[in-house]
Amino acid sequence: MSQSPFILQEQQFLKIRSVLERVRVECAARVVFLVDRDGQTIAFNGDIGDMDTTSFSSLAAGNVAATTSMARLIGENVFPAVVHEGENESIFISVIGRSLLVVVFDGRSTLGLVKLRAKRASFDIAAILDEMIRESQLIAASAKPAFADITDEDIDSLFS
Amino acid sequence: MTFINYASREINCKIVYYGPGLCGKTTNLQHIYDSTAPQAKGKLISLATETDRTLFFDFMPLELGTVRGFKTRFHLYTVPGQVYYDASRKLILKGVDGVVFVADSQEERMDANVESLYNLEDNLQSQGYDLNQLPYVLQLNKRDLPNVIPMHDLTHELQKKGEPVFEAVAKDGTGVFDTLKAVAKQVLTELRKT
Repeated sequence: MSQSPFILQEQQFLKIRSVLERVRVECAARVVFLVDRDGQTIAFNGDIGDMDTTSFSSLAAGNVAATTSMARLIGENVFPAVVHEGENESIFISVIGRSLLVVVFDGRSTLGLVKLRAKRASFDIAAILDEMIRESQLIAASAKPAFADITDEDIDSLFS
Repeated sequence: MTFINYASREINCKIVYYGPGLCGKTTNLQHIYDSTAPQAKGKLISLATETDRTLFFDFMPLELGTVRGFKTRFHLYTVPGQVYYDASRKLILKGVDGVVFVADSQEERMDANVESLYNLEDNLQSQGYDLNQLPYVLQLNKRDLPNVIPMHDLTHELQKKGEPVFEAVAKDGTGVFDTLKAVAKQVLTELRKT
């Protein structure tokens, strides 16, 4: 059975983006993403340049999925954070429930600072995501689904 | 799991191409990638071995257009076909909205098709899905080869629940878009219910 859609309302999006902006400024990071564990970009803040954000999110989720499975093979439940250190740019990924906070930073910041600020922000993000999930479930349980009005013609028009 | 973003007015859905090793899953994606306008697609990411066998997954985002003011973006994934990459296959099925099973029509690959189909059902179940409830399409690929099983027999053997069945030759694009359209349509139709 397919699961209920995960619905992000505009107000929640703005709240998330404001937390991401705070994290980016506090960490002196280049860009900060919030990604769903299935690989969908929820929001981001910062300089993405010509980065393909959709692919980036998908790969970040794949990366965490793989390391989580590795964790289980050695008796851990999850690795709560994953770090990739490059010559110029580095990536810090923190697992927050069913989402991932991804911080891309360079030599202007340090891993210690990023870890500290990301941990603080994770509580705020978890609270917003809980609200999102509750509201998504309420919409799913309501008599009228979010896209009940889509017609066959609407769908066919995508392929014409 | 479909992700609906009211802020950016986007609907994001995940479609997974499943099937035995070398059945043409990556070739399906490659054809879609090659035939789509640049503005409608992202990069085709391939996590492959040095011999071009899919190691973890292939991925490409595809925008199909707008429904009721929402951009529809499909995230297309393939799984590695080889039996020993089962852990990767399970991971990729997480959050799936629709599945395409790509069967290899050659006689000698029949056992591999059946084994992969069982594996799909098992792995879906382990992620809390039931194939019978999921948007699903069967593609019979490599119909251009000389030693293929007749379509009727292959369908009889592999069709699970009356799902749409398409003959395909993925390397020249035959049947590739028909398959994609059929599964995308089912996924969007599902949105009316959930």
